[in-house]
Amino acid sequence: MSSPAPPTLTPRQLEAFGQELDAIRARVVADLGERDVDYINRLIRVQRGLEVAGRGLLFAGFLPPAWIGGTAALSLSKILDNMEIGHNVMHGQYDWTGDERLNGKTFEWDTACPADQWRHSHNYMHHTHTNIVGKDRDIGYGILRMSEDEPWRPYDLGNPLYAALLATFFQYGVAMHDVEVEQIAAGESALDEEKREKLRGVWAKVRGQTLKDYVLFPLLSGPSLPFVLAGNATANLTRNLWAFTIIFCGHFPDGTQQFTEEDTENETRGEWYYRQMLGSANLTGGKLFHILAGNLSYQIEHHLFPDLPAHRYGEISDEVREIRERYGIPYNTGPLYKQFGSVVRKIVKLALPPLPALPGLRRSEPVLDEPAAAPARSQKPAPAKTGARKLPAAKTGARKQPTPKAGTRKRVAAA
Amino acid sequence: MIDRVLPSSDIRPRRLARRLLHSSLVEALAYPHGVDRYVELVRPLLLARDVRAEVTAVRHQTAKSVTLTLRPNDNWRGFRAGQFVGVSVDVDGVRPTRPYSPASSEHAEDGTLELTVSTHPDGLVSRHLRDHARPGMIVGLTQAQGEFVLPDEPPERVLLISGGSGITPVMAMLRTLCEQGFAGEIGFLNYARSRDLALYGPELATLALRHEGVRVARGFTRARGSQLGGRFDRGHLSAVISQHADAATFVCGPPALIDAVRVVWAEDGLPEPAVETFAPPALRFDTDGAEGRVSFTVSGREAANSGLPLLEQAEDAGLTPAHGCRMGICNTCSCHKTAGTVRNVISGATSSAGAEEIRICVSVPVGDVVLDL
Repeated sequence: MSSPAPPTLTPRQLEAFGQELDAIRARVVADLGERDVDYINRLIRVQRGLEVAGRGLLFAGFLPPAWIGGTAALSLSKILDNMEIGHNVMHGQYDWTGDERLNGKTFEWDTACPADQWRHSHNYMHHTHTNIVGKDRDIGYGILRMSEDEPWRPYDLGNPLYAALLATFFQYGVAMHDVEVEQIAAGESALDEEKREKLRGVWAKVRGQTLKDYVLFPLLSGPSLPFVLAGNATANLTRNLWAFTIIFCGHFPDGTQQFTEEDTENETRGEWYYRQMLGSANLTGGKLFHILAGNLSYQIEHHLFPDLPAHRYGEISDEVREIRERYGIPYNTGPLYKQFGSVVRKIVKLALPPLPALPGLRRSEPVLDEPAAAPARSQKPAPAKTGARKLPAAKTGARKQPTPKAGTRKRVAAA
Repeated sequence: MIDRVLPSSDIRPRRLARRLLHSSLVEALAYPHGVDRYVELVRPLLLARDVRAEVTAVRHQTAKSVTLTLRPNDNWRGFRAGQFVGVSVDVDGVRPTRPYSPASSEHAEDGTLELTVSTHPDGLVSRHLRDHARPGMIVGLTQAQGEFVLPDEPPERVLLISGGSGITPVMAMLRTLCEQGFAGEIGFLNYARSRDLALYGPELATLALRHEGVRVARGFTRARGSQLGGRFDRGHLSAVISQHADAATFVCGPPALIDAVRVVWAEDGLPEPAVETFAPPALRFDTDGAEGRVSFTVSGREAANSGLPLLEQAEDAGLTPAHGCRMGICNTCSCHKTAGTVRNVISGATSSAGAEEIRICVSVPVGDVVLDL
């Protein structure tokens, strides 16, 4: 990945930038109310209705229309449950309602990953350390090489294959995420009591999910057993592929920036916002698309305000875009096929060892909605004055190599 | 929304349906959300676990209160007179929970309980219930909690002292004792601002007439015409009880009433009476003058409020709460506050005093706070 250098903002500009975003947040928080609760409750009703209808139809799964309808309804149910409901509720987006069913701390979702482990690996590790190579384990999930800063190894030739496998079995990949199983396999981390405890949690959740989808419902359906089994497996697969696609479009399309730990030491709130904006990418689409994507299609807004109800992201996106335009910060967005296409290209390209750097060689085009990389000077805030820092030092064309632990081949993403 | 009207024939779930709901097979099929999360969408009272209640009667004893009769679903395990329940209602999108002490006898045959909710000028739940409660409304309930209860062995004498809305738990005690045919002596000192604002006046008079051992006297603190004339003092005791020294004493009301009773008990060298107050803490916004105590219920630890965010106070108390970003983003440290008010250090907003989830990394206590940690 090679991207145009993001603008250099002075500390004062970054502070003003952070304050403008804080103001958006404060306004939305002050406006939270019945509309948000009605929205999420309506979605929950739709999801539960789809689930019951889907499982009911699959009991008549020997009839092809019933199988197709049932499988589609169950797939949609799982997608809504995991994304617009589960992911968002678990961020604490509805904690302010005081409704225990919408409590981010106790919500469980219809997937293999135990909710409490997700809250750690995602809400904390990923959202706090977004796109910091070596700290954000969402960069390749410890399996894929998703950054040029990770040293290439022959293992990485399988990058596309691993990606296809991860997408197919995504719920299990997510489930094992917090256990950091690839580090245990590589002998870099011990299977200590904490990890064992996490594994027990994963096992309990996987057992519950498997019992429901692959034993009880098929057995209850009697003669429809093979149809129910196939329908449930298809619904899980559909959800896996969809979630993988949306999630990988959040931080890996061309133009997204990655950072090093040194870049982000003593980060201010403005710098934190700045990193979130540079490290995330949006997807364009219709209302239904955004709902099915759990509004992670507004990944930038989500990373700025992870605990605001996600259905609000679309409403504030114009303002966020206006702010970044004024500061000359790239706003990475595009349709799904384009963004996901660039992710696939990256997966394939990073399977190969890096090309020797040749002057003037551009290895890919940034996918930006407009040439924001070179905004008109007049629109930009005053140029950096003396004492300006490059904040946070986003990794760009000429960047320093990260410093993997001496003598090891430890993958940075797995550190 | 749990605020919906049902025909009352739907309230009592059939036994077969209940047995089905509690079966482990159905629970496994509804994994991981649980049966209730599906059933509540069509039958909000027919639940396997959650306690919900239907409002069956609404009356207004005074202009500043509403008295509700509730019929809980089968998950309700009953209460002891003096305990409180958490009541949740939907108000403009939020579902706040507030503690109320039932005023009814714990032996009510039809399984109902009575709540008398006094309204506060800015009380979200109390005003909502006063203005919108009607028969058929469904509210959420917690199981009963609280140690403000009569002793297991019936005492010889019981002295009940209440001020304002604090009448409800001691009213429950009086009604319960009367229903049990309590043979001892019961004295009841009841204070209210005026006759118009006094709760349960006629019933107290009736109970005193019907039960030989019951004596009731009322005092109006801001109006004339009461038997006791003004606020509690030592002289009032003899109006209702032969001797207060060995009476099991229960006081519920504003802090001033509790303090006045405590002073008399201390002067007489008596052990502290059982007390309860509903008054919210006075709000203090200066961080320099941090006041109050922080109690961690799970670990049983307690510390003086240092004015720091609760996460740091918990760590200073030797606890290791789960936490992540320490800046209010990731929600990892979110923790159940059972009582007390906190201020969000990012927004400056002050929370309600009731039970709710808070992010302890960005919440500083305003006065006493109780956390499930």
